[in-house]
Amino acid sequence: MKHIISALVENKPGVLAHVSGMFAARAFNIDSLVVGRTEDPQLSRMTIVVVGDDRVLEQVRKQLAKIIPVVKVQDFAGQAVVARDLMLITFAAPAEKRPEILALIETFKGNVVDIGQKTIMVEISGPEEKIEAFIEMCRPYGIKNVARTGTIAMPRQEKTAGGQQETTNED
Amino acid sequence: MKSDSSRPADSAGKSPILKSGPLTALRTGADIAVQALIDQGVDTMFGYPGGVVLPFFDKLYDAPIRFIIPRHEQGGAHMADGYARASGKVGVIVATSGPGACNLVTGLGTAMMDSIPIVAITGQVRTDLIGNDAFQEADTTGITRPVTKYNCIVKDVKDLARVIKEAFFIASTGRPGPVVVDLPVDVQVAKTSYDPKVEMRLPGYRLKTKGHSRQISMAAEAINKSEKPVLYVGGGVVIANAGEELRALAKKAHLPVTMTLLGLGSYDQNEPESLDMLGMHGTAYANYAVHECDLLIAVGARFDDRVTGKLKTFAANAKVIHIDIDPASIAKNVRADIPVVGDAKYILTELVNQVEYRERKEWFAKIAQWKKKYPMGYDRKSTNIKPQYVIEQVCELTGGDAIITTGVGQHQMWTSQFYKFKRPRQFITSGGLGTMGFGLPSAIGAQIAMPDATVVDIDGDHSFNMTLTELRTAVQYELPIKVCIMNNGYMGMVRQWQELFYNKRYSKSYLANPDYSKVAEALGAVGITVEKKADVPKAIKKMLTEKMPCVVDFHVEPEENVWPMVPSGKSLHEMDGLDLLESMA
Ligand SMILES: Cc1ncc(C[n+]2csc(CCOP(=O)(O)OP(=O)(O)O)c2C)c(N)n1
Ligand SMILES: [Mg+2]
Repeated sequence: MKHIISALVENKPGVLAHVSGMFAARAFNIDSLVVGRTEDPQLSRMTIVVVGDDRVLEQVRKQLAKIIPVVKVQDFAGQAVVARDLMLITFAAPAEKRPEILALIETFKGNVVDIGQKTIMVEISGPEEKIEAFIEMCRPYGIKNVARTGTIAMPRQEKTAGGQQETTNED
Repeated sequence: MKSDSSRPADSAGKSPILKSGPLTALRTGADIAVQALIDQGVDTMFGYPGGVVLPFFDKLYDAPIRFIIPRHEQGGAHMADGYARASGKVGVIVATSGPGACNLVTGLGTAMMDSIPIVAITGQVRTDLIGNDAFQEADTTGITRPVTKYNCIVKDVKDLARVIKEAFFIASTGRPGPVVVDLPVDVQVAKTSYDPKVEMRLPGYRLKTKGHSRQISMAAEAINKSEKPVLYVGGGVVIANAGEELRALAKKAHLPVTMTLLGLGSYDQNEPESLDMLGMHGTAYANYAVHECDLLIAVGARFDDRVTGKLKTFAANAKVIHIDIDPASIAKNVRADIPVVGDAKYILTELVNQVEYRERKEWFAKIAQWKKKYPMGYDRKSTNIKPQYVIEQVCELTGGDAIITTGVGQHQMWTSQFYKFKRPRQFITSGGLGTMGFGLPSAIGAQIAMPDATVVDIDGDHSFNMTLTELRTAVQYELPIKVCIMNNGYMGMVRQWQELFYNKRYSKSYLANPDYSKVAEALGAVGITVEKKADVPKAIKKMLTEKMPCVVDFHVEPEENVWPMVPSGKSLHEMDGLDLLESMA
């Protein structure tokens, strides 16, 4: 099962190496790992998508928490969270197909961020499945390039839940 | 010029404060580092100099610190380790950048695996050169990250005092371990004021010392109910200084006690509750008891594969209580029915208050039967020198009181089987990493920590060969350590596996040895060679009276094997060699 782990870490050199080194040394499988700053300049947040059974995930959480610059570890399994991935994708867009392509982009709520003679670059964000579905839709046109951020996530406030599409990290 | 050699008393009586000005006076990084070490209570250090640590070494010139120079940084790291294991204090080692730091790696890994508190200070090239492949540059924090509990590089002298304080705190608390502080040479000469009261900043380091009270009462209840309990104790009890509490628990609740290799010494093996060591080369009675118990009380032990054998069948019918300070140790290999996270000393004290005496007549009778049927033994009638015999003699002639260190291999296992340890911190051995060459330098470190103790390194010929250059260190500092080489000519443990599992094809497991007593003498130590069984006690007695380091080279039975043995991947009760033990009972 895929788990989204969120770790608040001290914003110090070497922390990323420590965390990724631990994952490699203990043969844990990382799907994606995202690091970014937070509102506190002393702290960064790492969002790590890990695949494994409960026993493995328990070790992942404990081994992460054991790393000294890691301040807090959360596993979002079983919680309502908003999980998002951002992608830039460039694919072939011949003139005659542009109308259908633009309609497709519209359906997926993507943004055209660059357009050339033969290709088009689209920015799209959302849950992982949406991104993957979009990639599948683009494939027939001929994908030139894909860059993805990997997942970031945040738990929903119980009270304000709703409105947006619900994503738990079980799906 | 002052000589470095044997100045054992040079720090005695002096104030442990370097000439220091008011708080605001500017001091160099090197000065601050040395002062911060002194303020941490450091009076002994191990280390080897080099270009980029010269400012630091210059400050050591007149510092009230006893300084031991090994012949190789690995030796120095093992010395700091032995010092820490024998004393319970933090061992301190300093090395230069690049090759110096790289040479520490084996020592750090050894300490890491066995949770030993060490602070290593490494020199580093100038901060503006870092990353440029400068002369003697190595990515020390990168290289040592997996073998340390924590490491960091100090790039601003203003952080130095705080980092050193944090290093000692991290190394010595929770589950202890080695910490590396990498110190670029320009930071050693940069100046700032020194604040001994600087606050640590460790938002991610939380310590849990008190176990959860409900978990503790559940554990006590399980103990009180159990008909067939076994206490399974590891190095954590030694580290937590919880020997007294362990004894109180075993006596009050009436529990048999088995120990891991690193746990040996935590319970007096002369006591009736002791089942001695368990695991691959554990006693038959310990392994049977663990296999059949209905309650396994693990304290400061981590269910290592050398202990458990096949995990699926390990204590399969037992409820498991797991007491450990490291939450990550719990449920890593074996499910824990009652996990208790915290300090063993605290938790055992609480347990003692809550347990009741129970006779468990049948259980103890069964254990007594196993003990009678399969006692530890060997061919005592042999006219050759059996290594087990030598170790029994060392035990007897030292009154079972010596601090013992070992290398890695058969001799290490025989030592764990045939020396009867009485107290914690008496047995110093590389359990987790299994580092050959650990015996001699760790004995030196232990002797420095415990000048009045008898310290004996029971070593393998090839383990000894790996770091024997440190014999000269022992000579220089006039340390009366003893080395007993179980010289079988072979890498015995490798040969045993080749005999048993590779059809006796002794591939590359034999080395031509030098004459070790002559080597010892050339290095300024006393050397004795023993080739006849009858000479064994006499040689040991002579060794024990020597004031200088003494090496006794025992030419032991070359193809002796360690029994019993749970072959890799087998269940604990599937021991080989039992018929042999039975026949010698
Ligand atoms: C540094 C290191 N290299 C290799 C090994 C693998 N190894 C384990 S035991 C052993 C043989 C040890 O020989 P010796 O020291 O003579 O001890 P004996 O088994 O003969 O008692 C070897 C090579 C090790 N444990 N450590
Ligand atoms: Mg040997």
